Amino acid sequence: MASLDTRKKLVTAALIAPAALWLFFFLVLPFIAMVGFSFGERGAAGGYQPGFTLEHYANLGARSMAYVNTLTLAPIGSLLCLLIAYPAAYYLAVKSNPNHRLLLVSLVIIPFWTSLLVRTYAWMYILGSRGIPNLLDMIGIENVRMLNTPGAVLLGIVYGYLPLMIMPIYVSLEKLDRRLLEASADLGARPISTFFSVTLPLSLPGVMTGVALVTILLLGEYLIPQLLGGGKVFFLGNALVDLFLQSRNWPFGSAIAVTLVLIVVIVLMIAMRIAWRVSGTRQVDLV
Amino acid sequence: MRAFITSVYLFLYAPIALVVLFSFNAGRNASEFIGFSTQWYGKALGNSFLMNALWNSLVIGLTSALLAALFGTMAALAMERMSPRMRAIFDGLFSAAIVVPGVVIGIATLVALVEVFNFVNPVLTAIWPGEAAPKLGLGYGSVIAAHGLFSMALVTMIVKARIASLGRDIVEASSDLYATPFTTFRSIVLPQILPSIVAGFLLAFTFSFDDFIIAFFVAGSKTTLPMYVFASIRRGITPEINAVASMVLAASLLMIVGARSLMRERKPASSETE
Repeated sequence: MASLDTRKKLVTAALIAPAALWLFFFLVLPFIAMVGFSFGERGAAGGYQPGFTLEHYANLGARSMAYVNTLTLAPIGSLLCLLIAYPAAYYLAVKSNPNHRLLLVSLVIIPFWTSLLVRTYAWMYILGSRGIPNLLDMIGIENVRMLNTPGAVLLGIVYGYLPLMIMPIYVSLEKLDRRLLEASADLGARPISTFFSVTLPLSLPGVMTGVALVTILLLGEYLIPQLLGGGKVFFLGNALVDLFLQSRNWPFGSAIAVTLVLIVVIVLMIAMRIAWRVSGTRQVDLV
Repeated sequence: MRAFITSVYLFLYAPIALVVLFSFNAGRNASEFIGFSTQWYGKALGNSFLMNALWNSLVIGLTSALLAALFGTMAALAMERMSPRMRAIFDGLFSAAIVVPGVVIGIATLVALVEVFNFVNPVLTAIWPGEAAPKLGLGYGSVIAAHGLFSMALVTMIVKARIASLGRDIVEASSDLYATPFTTFRSIVLPQILPSIVAGFLLAFTFSFDDFIIAFFVAGSKTTLPMYVFASIRRGITPEINAVASMVLAASLLMIVGARSLMRERKPASSETE
Protein backbone atom coordinates (compact mmCIF):
# COMPACT_ATOMS: atom_id res chain seq x y z
CA MET A 1 0.00 0.00 0.00
CA ALA A 2 1.26 3.40 -0.93
CA SER A 3 1.39 5.75 2.00
CA LEU A 4 -0.84 8.81 2.03
CA ASP A 5 2.14 11.01 1.22
CA THR A 6 3.20 8.97 -1.82
CA ARG A 7 -0.35 8.94 -3.08
CA LYS A 8 -0.57 12.68 -2.76
CA LYS A 9 2.65 13.06 -4.75
CA LEU A 10 1.36 10.73 -7.46
CA VAL A 11 -1.87 12.70 -7.81
CA THR A 12 0.08 15.96 -8.06
CA ALA A 13 2.34 14.47 -10.73
CA ALA A 14 -0.68 13.19 -12.69
CA LEU A 15 -2.32 16.61 -12.51
CA ILE A 16 0.72 18.52 -13.74
CA ALA A 17 1.84 15.94 -16.33
CA PRO A 18 -0.15 17.19 -19.38
CA ALA A 19 0.83 20.82 -18.75
CA ALA A 20 4.46 19.86 -18.13
CA LEU A 21 4.62 17.83 -21.35
CA TRP A 22 3.00 20.67 -23.29
CA LEU A 23 5.41 23.22 -21.86
CA PHE A 24 8.32 20.96 -22.65
CA PHE A 25 7.37 20.04 -26.22
CA PHE A 26 5.95 23.39 -27.33
CA LEU A 27 7.97 25.92 -25.34
CA VAL A 28 11.26 24.56 -23.99
CA LEU A 29 12.17 22.24 -26.86
CA PRO A 30 11.21 24.68 -29.66
CA PHE A 31 13.21 27.40 -27.96
CA ILE A 32 16.27 25.14 -27.72
CA ALA A 33 15.79 24.19 -31.39
CA MET A 34 15.61 27.86 -32.33
CA VAL A 35 18.83 28.68 -30.47
CA GLY A 36 20.42 25.71 -32.28
CA PHE A 37 19.17 26.98 -35.65
CA SER A 38 20.66 30.40 -34.98
CA PHE A 39 24.15 28.84 -35.06
CA GLY A 40 23.41 26.75 -38.15
CA GLU A 41 23.86 27.46 -41.85
CA ARG A 42 21.36 28.51 -44.43
CA GLY A 43 20.25 25.70 -46.73
CA ALA A 44 20.91 25.99 -50.49
CA ALA A 45 17.20 26.48 -51.19
CA GLY A 46 16.56 28.42 -48.00
CA GLY A 47 15.63 26.86 -44.71
CA TYR A 48 18.32 25.33 -42.53
CA GLN A 49 21.40 23.14 -42.73
CA PRO A 50 23.30 21.81 -39.72
CA GLY A 51 26.51 23.61 -38.91
CA PHE A 52 28.12 25.93 -36.44
CA THR A 53 28.78 29.57 -37.16
CA LEU A 54 28.48 32.87 -35.38
CA GLU A 55 28.03 34.79 -38.63
CA HIS A 56 24.31 35.37 -38.11
CA TYR A 57 24.93 37.10 -34.81
CA ALA A 58 27.79 39.11 -36.35
CA ASN A 59 25.40 40.10 -39.13
CA LEU A 60 22.59 41.45 -36.91
CA GLY A 61 23.50 45.00 -37.95
CA ALA A 62 22.00 44.27 -41.38
CA ARG A 63 18.60 44.65 -39.70
CA SER A 64 19.58 47.60 -37.52
CA MET A 65 16.54 49.64 -38.63
CA ALA A 66 14.21 47.00 -37.15
CA TYR A 67 16.12 47.13 -33.86
CA VAL A 68 16.13 50.92 -33.81
CA ASN A 69 12.41 51.18 -34.63
CA THR A 70 11.44 48.54 -32.07
CA LEU A 71 13.60 49.95 -29.32
CA THR A 72 12.44 53.55 -29.84
CA LEU A 73 8.80 53.27 -30.92
CA ALA A 74 7.84 50.59 -28.37
CA PRO A 75 8.90 52.63 -25.29
CA ILE A 76 7.71 55.93 -26.80
CA GLY A 77 4.35 54.36 -27.64
CA SER A 78 4.13 52.93 -24.14
CA LEU A 79 4.81 56.35 -22.57
CA LEU A 80 2.26 58.04 -24.84
CA CYS A 81 -0.26 55.44 -23.67
CA LEU A 82 0.62 56.28 -20.09
CA LEU A 83 0.08 60.02 -20.63
CA ILE A 84 -3.50 59.40 -21.76
CA ALA A 85 -4.17 56.40 -19.53
CA TYR A 86 -3.29 57.99 -16.19
CA PRO A 87 -5.89 60.78 -16.22
CA ALA A 88 -8.44 58.35 -17.66
CA ALA A 89 -7.78 55.79 -14.92
CA TYR A 90 -7.83 58.58 -12.32
CA TYR A 91 -11.22 59.72 -13.50
CA LEU A 92 -12.61 56.18 -13.49
CA ALA A 93 -11.26 55.29 -10.05
CA VAL A 94 -11.69 58.56 -8.18
CA LYS A 95 -14.05 60.95 -9.93
CA SER A 96 -16.64 58.77 -11.64
CA ASN A 97 -20.02 57.96 -10.19
CA PRO A 98 -19.60 54.64 -8.30
CA ASN A 99 -22.93 53.41 -9.68
CA HIS A 100 -21.69 53.64 -13.27
CA ARG A 101 -18.10 52.69 -12.54
CA LEU A 102 -18.37 49.03 -13.52
CA LEU A 103 -19.94 49.87 -16.86
CA LEU A 104 -17.39 52.61 -17.61
CA VAL A 105 -14.48 50.28 -16.81
CA SER A 106 -15.94 47.46 -18.93
CA LEU A 107 -16.28 49.88 -21.84
CA VAL A 108 -12.55 50.56 -21.58
CA ILE A 109 -11.44 46.93 -21.51
CA ILE A 110 -13.79 45.58 -24.21
CA PRO A 111 -11.80 47.06 -27.13
CA PHE A 112 -8.65 45.35 -25.88
CA TRP A 113 -10.27 41.95 -26.15
CA THR A 114 -11.73 42.56 -29.58
CA SER A 115 -9.68 41.90 -32.68
CA LEU A 116 -6.53 44.05 -32.88
CA LEU A 117 -6.46 43.26 -36.59
CA VAL A 118 -9.88 44.82 -37.16
CA ARG A 119 -9.22 47.79 -34.88
CA THR A 120 -5.91 48.50 -36.61
CA TYR A 121 -7.35 48.25 -40.09
CA ALA A 122 -10.00 50.79 -39.12
CA TRP A 123 -7.13 53.29 -38.91
CA MET A 124 -5.93 52.34 -42.42
CA TYR A 125 -9.34 53.61 -43.44
CA ILE A 126 -9.15 56.86 -41.47
CA LEU A 127 -5.53 57.73 -42.25
CA GLY A 128 -5.57 56.47 -45.85
CA SER A 129 -5.80 58.82 -48.81
CA ARG A 130 -9.61 58.71 -48.80
CA GLY A 131 -9.84 59.43 -45.08
CA ILE A 132 -8.54 62.45 -43.19
CA PRO A 133 -6.12 63.51 -45.98
CA ASN A 134 -9.15 63.66 -48.30
CA LEU A 135 -11.00 65.92 -45.84
CA LEU A 136 -7.92 68.15 -45.47
CA ASP A 137 -7.74 68.33 -49.25
CA MET A 138 -11.28 69.74 -49.35
CA ILE A 139 -10.35 72.62 -47.08
CA GLY A 140 -7.26 73.35 -49.11
CA ILE A 141 -4.50 71.47 -47.29
CA GLU A 142 -3.16 69.26 -50.02
CA ASN A 143 -1.02 66.16 -50.25
CA VAL A 144 -0.89 65.26 -46.58
CA ARG A 145 0.39 61.76 -46.10
CA MET A 146 -0.52 60.03 -42.86
CA LEU A 147 -0.42 56.30 -43.54
CA ASN A 148 2.94 54.51 -43.58
CA THR A 149 4.67 56.95 -41.25
CA PRO A 150 6.14 56.46 -37.75
CA GLY A 151 3.37 58.75 -36.50
CA ALA A 152 0.70 56.40 -37.84
CA VAL A 153 2.39 53.47 -36.10
CA LEU A 154 2.50 55.39 -32.80
CA LEU A 155 -1.17 56.28 -33.17
CA GLY A 156 -1.99 52.63 -33.80
CA ILE A 157 0.04 51.62 -30.75
CA VAL A 158 -1.70 54.11 -28.46
CA TYR A 159 -5.08 53.06 -29.83
CA GLY A 160 -4.41 49.34 -29.56
CA TYR A 161 -2.84 49.28 -26.10
CA LEU A 162 -4.52 52.15 -24.24
CA PRO A 163 -7.05 49.83 -22.51
CA LEU A 164 -4.25 47.59 -21.28
CA MET A 165 -2.46 50.62 -19.79
CA ILE A 166 -5.60 52.00 -18.14
CA MET A 167 -6.53 48.77 -16.33
CA PRO A 168 -3.58 48.24 -13.93
CA ILE A 169 -3.45 51.96 -13.09
CA TYR A 170 -7.19 51.92 -12.42
CA VAL A 171 -6.81 48.91 -10.13
CA SER A 172 -4.05 50.52 -8.05
CA LEU A 173 -5.95 53.81 -7.79
CA GLU A 174 -9.14 52.00 -6.84
CA LYS A 175 -7.40 50.15 -4.00
CA LEU A 176 -6.10 53.43 -2.63
CA ASP A 177 -7.25 54.08 0.93
CA ARG A 178 -9.55 57.11 0.82
CA ARG A 179 -8.78 57.94 4.46
CA LEU A 180 -5.23 58.88 3.43
CA LEU A 181 -6.62 61.50 1.09
CA GLU A 182 -8.92 62.85 3.80
CA ALA A 183 -6.04 62.90 6.29
CA SER A 184 -3.93 64.81 3.82
CA ALA A 185 -6.73 67.35 3.30
CA ASP A 186 -7.34 67.63 7.05
CA LEU A 187 -3.67 68.43 7.52
CA GLY A 188 -4.12 71.37 5.21
CA ALA A 189 -2.66 70.02 1.97
CA ARG A 190 -4.16 71.46 -1.18
CA PRO A 191 -5.64 68.88 -3.58
CA ILE A 192 -2.71 69.28 -5.95
CA SER A 193 -0.10 68.54 -3.30
CA THR A 194 -2.20 65.62 -1.98
CA PHE A 195 -2.12 64.23 -5.49
CA PHE A 196 1.65 64.53 -5.84
CA SER A 197 2.57 63.39 -2.34
CA VAL A 198 -0.08 60.70 -1.73
CA THR A 199 -2.05 59.57 -4.78
CA LEU A 200 0.70 59.46 -7.39
CA PRO A 201 3.30 57.57 -5.30
CA LEU A 202 0.72 54.99 -4.20
CA SER A 203 -0.36 54.35 -7.80
CA LEU A 204 3.19 53.78 -9.06
CA PRO A 205 2.96 49.95 -8.87
CA GLY A 206 0.02 50.09 -11.30
CA VAL A 207 1.91 52.48 -13.55
CA MET A 208 4.89 50.09 -13.52
CA THR A 209 2.76 47.08 -14.38
CA GLY A 210 1.07 48.95 -17.22
CA VAL A 211 4.29 50.29 -18.73
CA ALA A 212 6.01 46.89 -18.43
CA LEU A 213 3.08 44.98 -19.94
CA VAL A 214 2.55 47.32 -22.86
CA THR A 215 6.26 47.71 -23.63
CA ILE A 216 6.86 43.95 -23.57
CA LEU A 217 3.88 43.25 -25.85
CA LEU A 218 4.96 46.04 -28.22
CA LEU A 219 8.48 44.63 -28.58
CA GLY A 220 7.00 41.65 -30.47
CA GLU A 221 4.37 43.63 -32.37
CA TYR A 222 3.77 42.77 -35.99
CA LEU A 223 0.31 43.87 -37.12
CA ILE A 224 0.45 47.59 -36.28
CA PRO A 225 3.76 48.34 -38.03
CA GLN A 226 2.71 46.13 -40.94
CA LEU A 227 -0.68 47.74 -41.54
CA LEU A 228 -0.02 51.35 -40.51
CA GLY A 229 3.71 51.58 -41.26
CA GLY A 230 3.51 49.98 -44.70
CA GLY A 231 6.88 48.62 -45.71
CA LYS A 232 8.62 51.55 -44.10
CA VAL A 233 8.39 51.34 -40.32
CA PHE A 234 9.69 47.85 -39.64
CA PHE A 235 9.72 46.25 -36.19
CA LEU A 236 11.62 43.08 -35.28
CA GLY A 237 8.36 41.11 -35.68
CA ASN A 238 8.12 42.28 -39.29
CA ALA A 239 11.77 41.42 -39.93
CA LEU A 240 11.10 37.93 -38.57
CA VAL A 241 8.09 37.31 -40.80
CA ASP A 242 10.13 38.53 -43.76
CA LEU A 243 13.11 36.30 -42.93
CA PHE A 244 11.12 33.15 -42.25
CA LEU A 245 8.31 33.31 -44.77
CA GLN A 246 9.74 35.36 -47.66
CA SER A 247 13.53 35.15 -47.86
CA ARG A 248 13.57 31.84 -45.99
CA ASN A 249 16.79 32.62 -44.15
CA TRP A 250 15.97 30.57 -41.06
CA PRO A 251 19.31 30.72 -39.19
CA PHE A 252 19.52 34.52 -39.45
CA GLY A 253 15.86 34.80 -38.46
CA SER A 254 16.50 32.54 -35.47
CA ALA A 255 19.38 34.75 -34.36
CA ILE A 256 17.09 37.79 -34.46
CA ALA A 257 14.33 35.89 -32.61
CA VAL A 258 16.81 34.89 -29.88
CA THR A 259 17.88 38.53 -29.43
CA LEU A 260 14.21 39.59 -29.30
CA VAL A 261 13.56 37.17 -26.44
CA LEU A 262 16.70 38.46 -24.67
CA ILE A 263 15.44 42.04 -25.04
CA VAL A 264 12.06 41.04 -23.57
CA VAL A 265 13.78 39.30 -20.65
CA ILE A 266 16.01 42.32 -19.96
CA VAL A 267 13.03 44.71 -20.05
CA LEU A 268 11.11 42.40 -17.72
CA MET A 269 14.01 42.21 -15.27
CA ILE A 270 14.40 45.99 -15.24
CA ALA A 271 10.65 46.31 -14.64
CA MET A 272 10.79 43.85 -11.74
CA ARG A 273 13.72 45.65 -10.19
CA ILE A 274 11.94 49.01 -10.39
CA ALA A 275 8.73 47.41 -9.08
CA TRP A 276 10.70 46.11 -6.13
CA ARG A 277 12.09 49.57 -5.41
CA VAL A 278 8.71 51.22 -5.72
CA SER A 279 6.51 48.84 -3.80
CA GLY A 280 8.78 46.42 -1.97
CA THR A 281 7.52 43.46 -3.99
CA ARG A 282 9.05 41.83 -7.02
CA GLN A 283 5.65 40.97 -8.35
CA VAL A 284 4.76 42.47 -11.72
CA ASP A 285 1.28 41.14 -12.37
CA LEU A 286 1.08 40.00 -15.95
CA VAL A 287 -2.47 38.77 -16.12
CA MET B 1 -12.02 65.86 -16.72
CA ARG B 2 -15.40 64.76 -18.07
CA ALA B 3 -14.55 66.11 -21.50
CA PHE B 4 -11.26 64.22 -21.38
CA ILE B 5 -12.83 60.85 -20.54
CA THR B 6 -15.52 61.42 -23.18
CA SER B 7 -12.87 61.98 -25.83
CA VAL B 8 -11.06 58.81 -24.69
CA TYR B 9 -14.26 56.82 -25.29
CA LEU B 10 -14.75 58.53 -28.64
CA PHE B 11 -11.17 57.68 -29.58
CA LEU B 12 -11.69 54.04 -28.56
CA TYR B 13 -15.02 53.50 -30.29
CA ALA B 14 -15.15 55.83 -33.33
CA PRO B 15 -12.92 53.65 -35.56
CA ILE B 16 -14.90 50.55 -34.63
CA ALA B 17 -18.17 52.36 -35.32
CA LEU B 18 -16.84 53.44 -38.71
CA VAL B 19 -16.08 49.88 -39.75
CA VAL B 20 -19.52 48.71 -38.66
CA LEU B 21 -21.20 51.65 -40.40
CA PHE B 22 -19.46 50.99 -43.72
CA SER B 23 -20.31 47.29 -43.54
CA PHE B 24 -23.90 48.44 -44.17
CA ASN B 25 -22.95 50.60 -47.13
CA ALA B 26 -25.05 50.02 -50.23
CA GLY B 27 -22.24 51.08 -52.55
CA ARG B 28 -18.99 49.25 -53.10
CA ASN B 29 -16.97 52.41 -52.54
CA ALA B 30 -15.19 52.05 -49.23
CA SER B 31 -15.23 55.71 -48.26
CA GLU B 32 -18.58 57.10 -49.36
CA PHE B 33 -21.75 56.04 -47.61
CA ILE B 34 -24.58 56.06 -50.15
CA GLY B 35 -27.27 54.03 -48.44
CA PHE B 36 -28.12 51.24 -46.05
CA SER B 37 -27.88 47.64 -47.19
CA THR B 38 -27.13 44.26 -45.70
CA GLN B 39 -26.00 42.82 -49.03
CA TRP B 40 -22.34 42.55 -47.96
CA TYR B 41 -23.26 40.31 -45.06
CA GLY B 42 -25.01 38.05 -47.54
CA LYS B 43 -21.99 38.07 -49.84
CA ALA B 44 -19.66 37.32 -46.91
CA LEU B 45 -21.81 34.44 -45.68
CA GLY B 46 -21.96 33.03 -49.20
CA ASN B 47 -18.18 33.18 -49.69
CA SER B 48 -16.92 29.60 -49.38
CA PHE B 49 -13.25 30.56 -48.77
CA LEU B 50 -14.36 32.78 -45.95
CA MET B 51 -16.68 30.17 -44.44
CA ASN B 52 -13.89 27.62 -44.66
CA ALA B 53 -11.55 29.99 -42.77
CA LEU B 54 -14.26 30.58 -40.17
CA TRP B 55 -14.70 26.84 -39.73
CA ASN B 56 -10.93 26.35 -39.29
CA SER B 57 -10.85 29.11 -36.67
CA LEU B 58 -13.77 27.57 -34.79
CA VAL B 59 -12.20 24.09 -34.76
CA ILE B 60 -8.81 25.44 -33.64
CA GLY B 61 -10.28 27.86 -31.10
CA LEU B 62 -12.62 25.34 -29.49
CA THR B 63 -10.07 22.52 -29.33
CA SER B 64 -7.19 24.61 -28.02
CA ALA B 65 -9.41 26.39 -25.47
CA LEU B 66 -10.91 23.09 -24.24
CA LEU B 67 -7.50 21.46 -23.85
CA ALA B 68 -6.16 24.62 -22.20
CA ALA B 69 -9.10 24.79 -19.76
CA LEU B 70 -8.69 21.14 -18.79
CA PHE B 71 -4.89 20.96 -18.51
CA GLY B 72 -4.59 24.52 -17.17
CA THR B 73 -7.03 23.79 -14.34
CA MET B 74 -5.25 20.53 -13.52
CA ALA B 75 -1.95 22.42 -13.43
CA ALA B 76 -3.39 25.12 -11.15
CA LEU B 77 -4.63 22.42 -8.74
CA ALA B 78 -1.27 20.63 -8.87
CA MET B 79 0.67 23.83 -8.15
CA GLU B 80 -1.29 24.23 -4.90
CA ARG B 81 0.23 20.98 -3.68
CA MET B 82 3.82 21.49 -4.86
CA SER B 83 6.97 22.33 -2.99
CA PRO B 84 7.84 26.04 -3.25
CA ARG B 85 10.77 25.29 -5.55
CA MET B 86 8.74 23.24 -8.05
CA ARG B 87 6.02 25.87 -7.95
CA ALA B 88 8.58 28.56 -8.79
CA ILE B 89 9.78 26.53 -11.78
CA PHE B 90 6.26 26.14 -13.19
CA ASP B 91 5.44 29.77 -12.40
CA GLY B 92 8.46 30.74 -14.48
CA LEU B 93 7.49 28.48 -17.38
CA PHE B 94 3.87 29.69 -17.45
CA SER B 95 5.01 33.32 -17.29
CA ALA B 96 7.40 32.62 -20.16
CA ALA B 97 4.53 31.17 -22.21
CA ILE B 98 2.68 34.46 -21.69
CA VAL B 99 5.58 36.90 -22.04
CA VAL B 100 7.42 35.46 -25.06
CA PRO B 101 6.10 37.35 -28.11
CA GLY B 102 3.62 35.46 -30.31
CA VAL B 103 5.87 35.92 -33.30
CA VAL B 104 8.67 34.02 -31.51
CA ILE B 105 6.28 31.27 -30.31
CA GLY B 106 5.17 30.86 -33.93
CA ILE B 107 8.72 30.69 -35.25
CA ALA B 108 10.01 28.37 -32.53
CA THR B 109 7.07 25.98 -33.04
CA LEU B 110 7.59 26.04 -36.80
CA VAL B 111 11.33 25.41 -36.54
CA ALA B 112 10.94 22.57 -34.04
CA LEU B 113 8.07 20.90 -35.91
CA VAL B 114 9.85 21.00 -39.25
CA GLU B 115 12.80 19.29 -37.57
CA VAL B 116 10.47 16.62 -36.13
CA PHE B 117 8.70 16.10 -39.48
CA ASN B 118 12.03 15.74 -41.31
CA PHE B 119 12.94 13.00 -38.87
CA VAL B 120 9.61 11.21 -38.54
CA ASN B 121 8.26 11.26 -42.11
CA PRO B 122 11.02 9.12 -43.73
CA VAL B 123 10.72 6.64 -40.86
CA LEU B 124 6.94 6.50 -41.29
CA THR B 125 7.33 5.89 -45.03
CA ALA B 126 9.82 3.11 -44.38
CA ILE B 127 7.73 1.21 -41.83
CA TRP B 128 4.25 1.88 -43.25
CA PRO B 129 2.69 -1.38 -44.46
CA GLY B 130 0.41 0.15 -47.10
CA GLU B 131 1.20 2.12 -50.25
CA ALA B 132 0.85 5.76 -49.19
CA ALA B 133 2.20 6.48 -45.73
CA PRO B 134 0.57 9.39 -43.87
CA LYS B 135 2.76 12.47 -43.89
CA LEU B 136 2.94 14.64 -40.81
CA GLY B 137 2.67 18.32 -41.62
CA LEU B 138 1.56 21.71 -40.40
CA GLY B 139 -2.17 22.17 -39.88
CA TYR B 140 -4.78 21.99 -37.17
CA GLY B 141 -2.47 20.17 -34.76
CA SER B 142 0.36 22.69 -34.87
CA VAL B 143 -1.92 25.72 -34.44
CA ILE B 144 -3.86 24.05 -31.61
CA ALA B 145 -0.61 23.21 -29.82
CA ALA B 146 0.82 26.73 -30.20
CA HIS B 147 -2.42 28.51 -29.24
CA GLY B 148 -3.00 26.05 -26.41
CA LEU B 149 0.35 26.90 -24.87
CA PHE B 150 -0.54 30.54 -24.27
CA SER B 151 -4.14 29.70 -23.39
CA MET B 152 -3.16 27.05 -20.87
CA ALA B 153 -0.84 29.51 -19.13
CA LEU B 154 -3.68 32.04 -19.07
CA VAL B 155 -6.16 29.54 -17.59
CA THR B 156 -3.62 28.40 -14.99
CA MET B 157 -2.99 31.99 -13.86
CA ILE B 158 -6.71 32.80 -13.60
CA VAL B 159 -7.70 29.57 -11.81
CA LYS B 160 -4.68 29.79 -9.49
CA ALA B 161 -5.73 33.27 -8.43
CA ARG B 162 -9.23 31.95 -7.70
CA ILE B 163 -7.94 29.00 -5.70
CA ALA B 164 -5.74 31.32 -3.65
CA SER B 165 -8.82 33.32 -2.62
CA LEU B 166 -10.81 30.23 -1.56
CA GLY B 167 -11.56 29.79 2.12
CA ARG B 168 -9.28 27.05 3.51
CA ASP B 169 -11.55 26.37 6.47
CA ILE B 170 -14.41 25.00 4.41
CA VAL B 171 -12.10 22.50 2.67
CA GLU B 172 -10.75 21.42 6.06
CA ALA B 173 -14.26 21.15 7.46
CA SER B 174 -15.16 18.89 4.58
CA SER B 175 -12.33 16.46 5.30
CA ASP B 176 -13.02 16.65 9.03
CA LEU B 177 -16.48 15.36 8.16
CA TYR B 178 -14.80 12.35 6.47
CA ALA B 179 -15.42 13.40 2.89
CA THR B 180 -12.91 11.78 0.52
CA PRO B 181 -10.55 14.21 -1.24
CA PHE B 182 -12.47 13.60 -4.45
CA THR B 183 -15.84 14.35 -2.85
CA THR B 184 -14.40 17.49 -1.30
CA PHE B 185 -13.09 18.55 -4.70
CA ARG B 186 -16.34 17.81 -6.51
CA SER B 187 -18.74 19.37 -4.04
CA ILE B 188 -16.65 22.16 -2.45
CA VAL B 189 -13.75 23.26 -4.67
CA LEU B 190 -15.05 22.70 -8.19
CA PRO B 191 -18.27 24.72 -7.88
CA GLN B 192 -16.24 27.64 -6.56
CA ILE B 193 -13.57 27.61 -9.26
CA LEU B 194 -15.87 26.70 -12.15
CA PRO B 195 -16.67 30.30 -13.13
CA SER B 196 -12.96 31.09 -13.40
CA ILE B 197 -12.40 27.97 -15.52
CA VAL B 198 -15.19 28.97 -17.90
CA ALA B 199 -13.87 32.55 -17.99
CA GLY B 200 -10.41 31.16 -18.83
CA PHE B 201 -11.95 29.03 -21.57
CA LEU B 202 -13.74 32.01 -23.12
CA LEU B 203 -10.63 34.21 -22.97
CA ALA B 204 -8.59 31.37 -24.50
CA PHE B 205 -11.12 30.99 -27.30
CA THR B 206 -11.13 34.76 -27.91
CA PHE B 207 -7.34 34.77 -28.07
CA SER B 208 -7.21 31.88 -30.52
CA PHE B 209 -10.02 33.32 -32.62
CA ASP B 210 -8.21 36.68 -32.93
CA ASP B 211 -4.64 35.46 -33.24
CA PHE B 212 -3.03 36.19 -36.55
CA ILE B 213 0.72 35.95 -36.11
CA ILE B 214 1.11 32.46 -34.58
CA ALA B 215 -1.28 30.92 -37.10
CA PHE B 216 0.54 32.75 -39.91
CA PHE B 217 3.65 30.69 -39.10
CA VAL B 218 2.27 27.29 -38.17
CA ALA B 219 -1.08 26.88 -39.94
CA GLY B 220 0.42 25.51 -43.16
CA SER B 221 -2.35 25.39 -45.77
CA LYS B 222 -5.15 25.83 -43.20
CA THR B 223 -6.30 29.44 -43.43
CA THR B 224 -7.82 30.88 -40.25
CA LEU B 225 -10.26 33.78 -40.21
CA PRO B 226 -7.68 36.44 -39.17
CA MET B 227 -5.34 35.12 -41.90
CA TYR B 228 -8.15 35.52 -44.43
CA VAL B 229 -8.99 39.03 -43.20
CA PHE B 230 -5.32 40.03 -43.26
CA ALA B 231 -4.86 38.79 -46.83
CA SER B 232 -8.06 40.57 -47.94
CA ILE B 233 -7.02 43.86 -46.36
CA ARG B 234 -3.81 43.78 -48.34
CA ARG B 235 -5.83 43.38 -51.54
CA GLY B 236 -7.86 46.45 -50.59
CA ILE B 237 -10.61 47.26 -48.13
CA THR B 238 -14.06 46.24 -49.35
CA PRO B 239 -17.50 46.47 -47.72
CA GLU B 240 -17.46 42.66 -47.60
CA ILE B 241 -14.38 42.72 -45.36
CA ASN B 242 -16.09 45.34 -43.21
CA ALA B 243 -19.02 42.96 -42.83
CA VAL B 244 -16.68 40.13 -41.84
CA ALA B 245 -14.86 42.42 -39.41
CA SER B 246 -18.17 43.49 -37.85
CA MET B 247 -19.16 39.86 -37.34
CA VAL B 248 -15.75 39.07 -35.81
CA LEU B 249 -16.15 42.05 -33.47
CA ALA B 250 -19.64 40.94 -32.47
CA ALA B 251 -18.43 37.40 -31.77
CA SER B 252 -15.47 38.46 -29.62
CA LEU B 253 -17.68 41.00 -27.86
CA LEU B 254 -20.10 38.24 -26.85
CA MET B 255 -17.21 36.09 -25.62
CA ILE B 256 -15.62 38.85 -23.58
CA VAL B 257 -18.88 39.97 -22.01
CA GLY B 258 -19.51 36.35 -21.02
CA ALA B 259 -16.02 35.86 -19.62
CA ARG B 260 -16.05 39.04 -17.60
CA SER B 261 -19.44 38.48 -16.08
CA LEU B 262 -18.28 35.02 -15.01
CA MET B 263 -15.07 36.35 -13.47
CA ARG B 264 -17.07 38.90 -11.54
CA GLU B 265 -19.70 36.40 -10.38
CA ARG B 266 -19.48 35.09 -6.83
CA LYS B 267 -16.96 37.72 -5.77
CA PRO B 268 -19.31 39.13 -3.12
CA ALA B 269 -19.89 35.57 -1.87
CA SER B 270 -16.19 34.93 -1.47
CA SER B 271 -15.65 38.13 0.49
CA GLU B 272 -18.38 36.98 2.86
CA THR B 273 -16.57 33.73 3.63
CA GLU B 274 -13.21 35.39 4.12
